[in-house]
Amino acid sequence: MIRRGAFLAGAAAVLSGCNRYQTSLGGEAAESANFLRLFWTFMAVCTLMYVLLVGGMLIALWRSRKAREALVVENGRHHASAPILRPLLIGWAALILVGLSALAIASFVTDRSNAANASHPKLVVTVTANQWWWDVQYSLQGTTTALRTANELHLPVGVPAEVILESNDVIHSLWIPNLAGKQDLIPGRVNDLQLWPKKTGLYRGQCAEFCGLQHAHMALDVTVESKTDFARWLTAQKRPAFAPQGPVETAGYRYVTSRACASCHTVSGTQAGGTVGPDLTHFASRRSIAAGTRPMDRGNLTAWVADPQGLKPGTNMPKIPMRRDEVRAVVAYLERLK
Amino acid sequence: MSSAQKPKPPAEKIARDGPKLTGAKLEARLAETWRTPPGFIGWLSSVDHKDIGRRYIVTALTFLALAGALAIAMRLQLARPESRLISAQRYNEIFTMHGTTMMFLFAVPVMQGMQLYLTPLMIGTRAISFPRLCAFSYWMYLAGGLLLWVAFVMNIGPDIGWFAYPPLSGPQYGIGKRTDIWAQMVTFTEVAALALAVTLTATILKQRAPGMTLARMPLFVWSTLVVSLMVIFSMPSVALASSLLLSDRLVGTQFYNPAERGDALLWQHLFWFFGHPEVYIIFLPATGFISEIVATFTRRPIFAYPIVVLSLVGTGILAFGLWVHHMFATGLPRVGYSFFTSASMSVSIPTGLQLFCWIATMWDGRPQFRVPMLYVIGFVITFVIGGLSGVIIAAVPLDLQVHDTYFIVAHFHYVLIGGAVFPLLGAITYWFPKMTGRMMSETLGKISFWMIFLGFQLAFFPMHISGLMGMPRRVYTYPAGMGLELPNLLSSIGSLVVATAVLLFVANMLLSMRRGQVAEPNPWQAGTLEWAAASPPPAYNFAHIPVVGSRTPLWDAGERWPVVHGLRVDDRELVLTTIITAGPDTREPSAEPSPWPLISAGAVTVMFVSSMFSPWAVAFGTIPVVIALTAWFWPKSPTPSKEPVIE
Repeated sequence: MIRRGAFLAGAAAVLSGCNRYQTSLGGEAAESANFLRLFWTFMAVCTLMYVLLVGGMLIALWRSRKAREALVVENGRHHASAPILRPLLIGWAALILVGLSALAIASFVTDRSNAANASHPKLVVTVTANQWWWDVQYSLQGTTTALRTANELHLPVGVPAEVILESNDVIHSLWIPNLAGKQDLIPGRVNDLQLWPKKTGLYRGQCAEFCGLQHAHMALDVTVESKTDFARWLTAQKRPAFAPQGPVETAGYRYVTSRACASCHTVSGTQAGGTVGPDLTHFASRRSIAAGTRPMDRGNLTAWVADPQGLKPGTNMPKIPMRRDEVRAVVAYLERLK
Repeated sequence: MSSAQKPKPPAEKIARDGPKLTGAKLEARLAETWRTPPGFIGWLSSVDHKDIGRRYIVTALTFLALAGALAIAMRLQLARPESRLISAQRYNEIFTMHGTTMMFLFAVPVMQGMQLYLTPLMIGTRAISFPRLCAFSYWMYLAGGLLLWVAFVMNIGPDIGWFAYPPLSGPQYGIGKRTDIWAQMVTFTEVAALALAVTLTATILKQRAPGMTLARMPLFVWSTLVVSLMVIFSMPSVALASSLLLSDRLVGTQFYNPAERGDALLWQHLFWFFGHPEVYIIFLPATGFISEIVATFTRRPIFAYPIVVLSLVGTGILAFGLWVHHMFATGLPRVGYSFFTSASMSVSIPTGLQLFCWIATMWDGRPQFRVPMLYVIGFVITFVIGGLSGVIIAAVPLDLQVHDTYFIVAHFHYVLIGGAVFPLLGAITYWFPKMTGRMMSETLGKISFWMIFLGFQLAFFPMHISGLMGMPRRVYTYPAGMGLELPNLLSSIGSLVVATAVLLFVANMLLSMRRGQVAEPNPWQAGTLEWAAASPPPAYNFAHIPVVGSRTPLWDAGERWPVVHGLRVDDRELVLTTIITAGPDTREPSAEPSPWPLISAGAVTVMFVSSMFSPWAVAFGTIPVVIALTAWFWPKSPTPSKEPVIE
């Protein structure tokens, strides 16, 4: 446990530079900050117990090396055990009880605090899990239609948000470790997750419940931004899709809206209105493609459009035979969809 | 029991042991009566608990090797980010097979195999209580294991995880036969485990040597009793769950389908109601090993025996109130979660007390650092980390972060390898001379211990870190740049060290079996009854059933101790004793070897396997089962002894 404490602290220090976008040790929201406090409390108590127990064993082994070799039974009688052991046993039992009670109380208090944080959400987002991507809908005040995006979550800093969790197929689990613990998305049930981010930043969340073939590639990008940035993002997302410009993009537009793509994907303001796959209206404004599988750039996008099965084997997006110029056109159009 | 006093029949015709029939002559008679018939058919017909126990252990160790090879494959894949060594589909099959094999085909069976081998010897009886049921149990276990592995080799192995959560495992998403095979394998192993649990319970309660009251039972036997009762109460839950899953998949029931008012969470309740006790079913036998090893190598009986017994019983009961801590992220009510947090934490009380008692025993005695004792020390250092990380994850706010991450993978490997496999390896080294008649090499044993111990820490400690740094479980790869490269590489290197060390351990077993130093009956000067039998024990275990007057009879009784007289030597006969005080109760015949348990297991296998393809198989498949069982139980008229019998 000492080793673990030292190792963890060292690891946390090393990692505090660059790789903090998917870690439980970040503490960038109300719940994950509670987690850190409680975690180190538990670590302190557990380290103490570990040192006592293993230290006790080592002392026992050390002191006994000079004990008499004799068998237990001498002259027909057992050796009496050391008189100190009985009070030690009682003390040890009491120590365990006290330690556990303290930890249990700390756990309940933290749990209450997390529950209290949840009581007044200012923003409601519905996340629906699918094999293997996240459908995200913002309920906007004053409109009946929700704003739809996929594989990304934008949150204003300092605003408690409630995420409603549903699933269309199997059980998934939404885990954004920098912000909060995970909650399962279970078909036939509605769960919720409370996020109250306290620091702006770019984070990553991931599915944490095994959900089939591409469970490993079911992530989402989380952006915690200032309230103005969030409002700006929301306004941009509400616009219908940008129109294509130039012949290449127009060819791509025609392909996307009239061929196979449209049966699964929506591009608002066009004929593409499929709902089986992610909404593509502002696709190019996202940070990654294929549910966090690859960063958003032209090379990855080309590879993805040309052969989704090559990039993410087993994905429900089929490989559609396309000419090279068609791929280029589709990619050009998708890049227009900021 | 010394009844051979009054009339004196001719010495040649004595059919019961007694003062007139002792020594080599008695042993020859008993060997003839209790022998397993020679030849292949005889081998298949054996009902000797030592044969069946050995088969269980060897088969389970084979499955350990197979599942270990899969672990190495996973570690090679995860050694670097975005590796394409193993495909997603194959990886999902591999981790499913690894978990399923380790839990259902290695951990529980190897513990039950040890229990089956040792229990009759430790309580001083000649056979297990239902020997043919034991034979049946082994064949069912073997068939279930073969079913799973043949399917895997044929590329129709399961790919839904060892926990098989519907709807992923349901008819809509788990297409093909993969999940059916998994579910039916569960049925096989549960039938096998239940059969052994019933047998062991009856043996312990009714066949202890006269004088071995409950309060004088070796602690390993206590752990066996508790574990067997736990098996009886927990395994029906998973057998039910998997049967419901099969009927969802095969005949269109909708138990787990939310669209038809079934419930996906029902599975998780049923599965973990079994799955959590399962952990203690694996761990408690290991505590039994530890108690025996610590007592022998410190030359002291375990400190505060009643506390250890109460801890075993308490753990066995508490284990049934914890299952929801596997479901903290499913959105059940928070107040309910608080109950399961408290219950989960409270398990550390009995375990902490047991640990204290072992350490107190070391304090009192003079420890000898032989290989089994090294495993005990390695156990304490390793297991306690797993136990304490268990306290951490019992807290809901902490578990919600680390649940389903590599932190959990680290936690349960610390508990299961540190807490069960280390003691098992110690126990194998400890009882190896009893089972084979030869000692294992101390040098090779020490080398493999240190490699396993250090390699284990290297393999699994970094997983705590990778989990906290955001790596979920059951992913076939992970992105570069999250800081996961180093901990994963270390884990992979460590796993290779452990694998090498386990191979060394097996090599030590094989070498020592042929060339090891020949062992006396009691090479470690231990105090419990199994060391009174020869090494290896004859088919009848003991020429004379001992009368026991203490917890460590070999330490206390001196050169001469009372024995039971008056058991038949021309027929298999056991002494039954009363449940609590172990007073002599009655004599009971014990079943002869028979091929019918094997044939019955074959008939049940045909029924189980074909029922994956058609529900009609359940109806028609019972016919051969009934025929086989009828032959198995065909009443045998008691053979009156041709020789005069003294009553």
